[in-house]
Order: sequence, then structure tokens, then C-alpha cells
Amino acid sequence: MVTFKDFRNNVKPNWCPGCGDFSVQAAIQRAAANVGIQPHDLAVISGIGCSGRISGYIHSYGFHGIHGRALPIAQGLKMANKDLHVIASGGDGDGFAIGIGHTIHSIRRNIDLTYVVMDNQIYGLTKGQTSPRSAEGFKTKSTPGGAIEPSLKPLELALTSGATFVAQGFSSDIKELTAIIEAGINHKGFSFINVFSPCVTYNKVNTYDWFKENLTKLSDVEGYDHTNREQAMQVVMENEGLVTGIIYQNEEAPSYQEQVPGYAPTPLADQNLKMSEKEFNTLLQDFM
Amino acid sequence: MLQQLSWKVGGQQGEGIESTGEIFSMAMNRLGYYLYGYRHFSSRIKGGHTNNKICVRPTQVRTIPDDLDILVAFDQETIDVNYKELTEKSIILADAKFSPVAPEDCVAPMYIVPFTEVAAELGTSLMKNMVAIGATSALLNLDKAVFQEVVDEIFGKKGQEVVEKNMQAIQQGFDTMAEQLGDRLGEWELVPADGKHRLFMIGNDAIALGALAAGVRFMAAYPITPASEIMEYMIKKLPLFGGAVIQTEDEIAAATMAIGSNYGGVRAFTASAGPGLSLMMEAIGLSGMTEQPLVIVDTQRGGPSTGLPTKQEQSDLMQMIYGTHGEIPKVVIAPSTGEEAFYDTIQAFNIAEELQLPVIILSDLQLSLGKQTVDPFDYSKIEIRRGNLINTDEIPEAEDKSYFKRYEVTEDGVSPRVLPGTKHAIHHVTGVEHDETGKPSEAASNRKAQMDKRMKKLQHVNFSDPVYVSAPYEEADILFVGFNSTRGVLEELQQTLIAQGMKVNHAHIRLIHPFPAKEVQPLVANAKKVVVVENNATGQLANILKMNVGGHDKVINVLKYDGTPFLPLQLEKQVKELLK
Repeated sequence: MVTFKDFRNNVKPNWCPGCGDFSVQAAIQRAAANVGIQPHDLAVISGIGCSGRISGYIHSYGFHGIHGRALPIAQGLKMANKDLHVIASGGDGDGFAIGIGHTIHSIRRNIDLTYVVMDNQIYGLTKGQTSPRSAEGFKTKSTPGGAIEPSLKPLELALTSGATFVAQGFSSDIKELTAIIEAGINHKGFSFINVFSPCVTYNKVNTYDWFKENLTKLSDVEGYDHTNREQAMQVVMENEGLVTGIIYQNEEAPSYQEQVPGYAPTPLADQNLKMSEKEFNTLLQDFM
Repeated sequence: MLQQLSWKVGGQQGEGIESTGEIFSMAMNRLGYYLYGYRHFSSRIKGGHTNNKICVRPTQVRTIPDDLDILVAFDQETIDVNYKELTEKSIILADAKFSPVAPEDCVAPMYIVPFTEVAAELGTSLMKNMVAIGATSALLNLDKAVFQEVVDEIFGKKGQEVVEKNMQAIQQGFDTMAEQLGDRLGEWELVPADGKHRLFMIGNDAIALGALAAGVRFMAAYPITPASEIMEYMIKKLPLFGGAVIQTEDEIAAATMAIGSNYGGVRAFTASAGPGLSLMMEAIGLSGMTEQPLVIVDTQRGGPSTGLPTKQEQSDLMQMIYGTHGEIPKVVIAPSTGEEAFYDTIQAFNIAEELQLPVIILSDLQLSLGKQTVDPFDYSKIEIRRGNLINTDEIPEAEDKSYFKRYEVTEDGVSPRVLPGTKHAIHHVTGVEHDETGKPSEAASNRKAQMDKRMKKLQHVNFSDPVYVSAPYEEADILFVGFNSTRGVLEELQQTLIAQGMKVNHAHIRLIHPFPAKEVQPLVANAKKVVVVENNATGQLANILKMNVGGHDKVINVLKYDGTPFLPLQLEKQVKELLK
């Protein structure tokens, strides 16, 4: 039986001690083991930034791409091999600044993969500039007078973009986070998971203690129905996005791949590439 | 009898000009003629002058001529814009509806024919294009039966009545014209053709068909002129092979999705034009650095920026060779005919997998959109080579979970490639400099070893016929050099100048990068002048030629960057002026 240890490799992460990303990594490893995935059947596709290094720290296939483009690489891979489990991962800069277009369109497209955003509300690797997720007024090297732009609201954005799975976790609640990622992997479609993953070096406002004080667990909200999109939007707005748990899931919606006309039931990567002479001649007929 | 016919139809965009040319061409193609068309159009849907110029003759043709024999005009603008191409032997057929006026200095006679009126009497003025085709066939003395098959195919699904109406429109066009022509009926009759069936397609069709024959199963693309037809063809045909096309949110997603799919083991590609290629530059670097195969088609159009989106230019050459930051091995292929577009696309996918690097298929607007007769493609020449791809679960399990050496330093620089999903071959892929297992490494010795390994692959490009050579002379007065769609005009001019007593050779570069110096060098050495003909303002190919084979003292640039393709007579004048 596969365990989370099978997803450990011998690379030592270069994250700062106490970084929230350690727990996100552990949660992904546990979730993959709980679902029963073999390490060679998992591919982790990551962007650029501190969080982007995650694909190199998990014993599975890993692709560390370019800034903001983890999602298109992951979608291309999933289209090529539908039997693989594909997890895309990156930071808030990756997913909500440079790659925001891909985030929205991946949500709309609903290809069956899991997207884990490690949201620390700051640019860490470039040593402390504002992020689209930084709170208004947040002071950084690039916003010495405080951030002017309002913080981007990923959960509302996902809900209005047609998401079929929206969740949020907190890296220090590894049990809940593991369960969320597990549900995301099992969801047949695009699962959007935002994770508060505190930066202990550059974000002195949104600390572990701050989150513990301000987060509401949806499992504690009486009568919360995560299949109700209206209620999801309401709870997110009421709590200013500071909730954890599965916020919304639509299990009925078919994934993109289920709807592509003619798309092969077996992985495209397994196909024989050479067409027959008969097929070829039929194609030529169109031009005669 | 005419040896070749130069025919043009013009009008407002959205008026059916396209289909007039299409139906006429299809019929001529079925008769066994070779055709070559060039479409003048604007970046708008309705309105604006558009025309379609088609050259027809019984032998291979790859350029449009300077002159026109027949001009079919659906509006005054068509006459005003195009009458200078007419000679005393030409003729204008103008629709009576717009009360056409021939300019004072127009040397060709104008016949005013009631295209719209005849069509309206038959039920709908939409059929005016069929009336015009009928009128044309009176000039050529064509039996209207040649159109029956084409009309059946195009209108058959709309019912027998529509087919008959359209055939009637052709007949009435013929009759009306015949009456007006009197004894000039059939004066523009063409020498007969062999009746053989050949392919009739645009360059983009040939590229798309090549991709399909190469085993492509996935395409990611963003619409753009003049590349979209490639995506549209794949959308039509890929479902028959289980594959899929995703129309992405932008070209960055298109290129990176194609990389992801290639990483997964599927032959995948994207196609775009200059603006899209500019956006893809970072992804091209990722493909080079991570050694993932990637094929990108660049259909060049007028640049820079939005430039001339619907006009001919060849100005992306340098960007395609050098574009992306840093240094990667990259292959750039530039087919110059429909036939080459097909076979070279297959070669592109083979090289991309064999050498695990990005391959650019460079086309240009004239090649991509010019509809041309193409000799049938040979199934037996379709070869699929996937290089060092290890597709097995028999790799022994590594100790201590150490990674598979995906970037192993080898003799030829090509490392073993395994696909995600393969047992015991887990490894990391990153655009960060990495060691043999894909783990990030900044060590100087590793950097040099990996850089050398990647660049070495360019010494092993397995591309057949990297240069089209027509060199009848050992010692030539002139060597013409070009790439992409200037092939036809240079072939034509070579023959013209030879007939005038000059010794002219012609080399058309099919593999742009790495440059086939070995093949080109002797041709340059044995020519008094090297005339490099290209559609750009800075002589990009000439510079590449000088860099690779020298000849600085004898290279002459012939440039055209006004958005229109070279024409044989114009080019002859330009070349002679420069040689003075």
C-alpha cells in the first residue's frame, strides 16, 4: 500500500524555517497517498516563486515551468494523458498576478486537475514586494506608503468564473487541508484550492496567529451546504474570504474532456501515430 | 490560344468575391490545370476592396503574373485599383449594376454585363458570381458542364433546385456574354490541360495535413491572421483520430499547453503569426531548456506590432532564429511550396522529438493563404521518428529514490526521454539550470556540461534536402537566393533571364537554422553576383547568408516591404537596375 512516505524524496527544501509551504507539501503527499495514487502516476506542475519549488520536493513526476504558466502546462499534460493525476501548484503572484488569465480560463474550462495556490499575500523570492493578495494599506518595499489597490478575492472570482470545485485551507490545519486536497483530487473537473500559507519572513501582518484568530471553519457553520452556490457566495462575502473548508462543489458538471467531440477514451499518449493509407487518402479527397 | 490565363475578380468584402474565385478555380483544377491564387483583403469582415487573382496554366505555377487577362469587377473600386494591370489584349467584365466607368487611360476594352440583374431574375442577386463565372467561360469557350460537378458539391446539400438555379445562372452568364462578344467568343481560350486530378489547397492546409500525418493529437492555438486555417482544419479532423484542439486564452497558454502535452508524450503544436510568436518567446526558451519537443508554425505577415495583418512580408526571420532570452538550440524550417509545406511539417515533428527541442515552421502569408495546385502527397514518404523515447515499464528501480537521468550527458547531446507515468523513471523537469536528473544546480561545471550537451544537438539535425537547388551552371552570373513563397517568382525569373542569355542559378533555403552552409557555400563561390530576394526592409536572409558563408562583396539585396508579393516583371526590372 502506498503511504505519504512514498511521496518523499531526498531533496531538502530551500524554504525558510516555519514557512507555510512545508505543510502544503505534506498535505499534498498525504492526500495523494490517501487517494491511492502511485508516485509515478502523479505529476506536479508548478510555477515560479518560493512555492514553485514544490514540484522538486515531492517524489513524483514534476515540472517546474515558467512564471504564471503552471496551469496551461498542466492542462496540456492532462489532455495528453488522462490517466495521470495532475496537480498544479504555485503562489499568489503566479496564479493571481502574471497568470490570472490562465486561472480564470482554467476554471471555466474545467479540465480534470487540481490547482493548489500557496497564498502568502506577498512576493517572497524577490524579497518582499506587494502581491495582488496583499491587503489594502499593506506596506512592502514596492508599496512604502501602503498598497493602494484592493486585495483580489480569489474565492469570489472562482465562484463567478464557473468553478465546479472551490475550497480554501490553512497550512497549519494540515488535517483539514489534506481532506480538502483529497476531495479536490477526487473531483471530476477543475478543483480550485486556495491555501493560506504564511510567509514568516516578509509578511508580519498575516501571521499564523492572525489566521487562527480570524478564520472560520465551514464545518463549524451550522447547516452549510457546499452544493449551493448562492450560499457559498454569501458565506465568503460575509466572512471577507476568511473561511476554510470546501466552499462549493458541483459534482454533476461534466469535465472538459468528457465533452470534447471524438476525444479518445484511452490516453492520447498511448496512440499509434501513423495513420493508415486509407485514412490518408480520405483526407486528400477534400482537396481534389 | 493563351499559354496561361491571369484572371482577377474584385468587389467589396463580404460580397461573395471569395466564392467566385473558389468555384472558378475548382473547375479549372478538375480540368487538370495548375493554379496559383493570391488574395488581396483587409482586416475587416464586410466592406473594403478585396480581390482574388488567379493564374491558370497547364504547367506548374507558383507565382501570380504582373498582368491580367480578365478582370471581373463587381464595383468601381475594382476597376480603379486594378486597371493598370491590364493590357490591350485584356478585357474588363463589369457588373452593369454600378454603372461602371473605365478610366481614361485604361487600355483594355470594358464590357458591361448585367450580372446582378440576370441573377435577380433567376431569383436572387446572390448568384451574380455564378453569372460572372458563366461570362468568364464564354471568354474561355469553356463547356458549362465543367462546372456541374463543382456546383453539385457546393450546393447539393441545399437541394436540387438550388443546384439547377446556379447552373442556369452560369448558362445565362455565358449566353449574355456570348451575345456581347460576337466573334470574339472564345478569344481567351487556354491551351488544354491533361485532365489529371491534383490537390488544390492553401499552404495552411498542407501544413495542417502534414501535422495530422505526423501523428499530431493535440493542438492549442489562438486565432490570428494568417494562421487560423491550420487550427480550423485540426478542429475538423482531429476528432476522427481521438485528438483535440483547445482554443486558448492567449498565445502564451497555447505554447505552454503544447509543451505540457509534448511532455506527456503526445505530438502537439501551435500555430500563429508575428504578434503571437512574440508572446511565445518565453515558452520557446522553456522548451529549449527543459528539452521538451515543441513545434510552432509562424505564418509571417507584415510587422512590426499589428503591422499589416493581411499583407505579405518575411520579416520574422531573425526573431525565429534567435528569439527567446539566453541561448537554446532551435531548428527553423521554411518550406516554399505546398508540397514542401506538407513534407517539412512531418520532418519538423520528427526533429522536435529526435532532438528534444523547439522547431519553428516558418511560412509567410502568400504561402499560407495562396491557393495553389499541389502534386499528390506520397503516403510512403510519411515517416515517424520519435528518437530516444523510452516507453517501457522495465526500467529497474533506482536505489534511494534517486531520479532517472533525463538529462544524461551523451555523445550526441540527446538524452533518454521517458514520459510521466513510467515506472521507476521519476525525474524533475525545470527551466532552472539543472543536473542530469533535472535537479536545480548552479555549479559552474554542471552549467557548462548541460549547455554544451543542449547546443551539441544542433549538429545532428536530420533534415533531408535543406536547400532547393536549380543550378544548371557551374559558373553563374547570378545566384538567386530566397526563402518561403518567393520560390515561384524566382523560378520564373531564372527561366526568363536564361532565355535572355544569362547564366542564372537559384537556391531556395528550406532549412534556415542551422544554416546549410555546406550546400550553399559552393553555389555562392561559383557565382559572380548573389542576389538575395526577400520581403523585408533589412535584408535578414542576406545577413544570415553572409554570416554563414561570407560573400560580402557580391551579395546584392533585393527587398520589398510594401505588403505586396514580388511579381516576375517587376522583379526583373528591380534586379536589372541593381545589377547595372
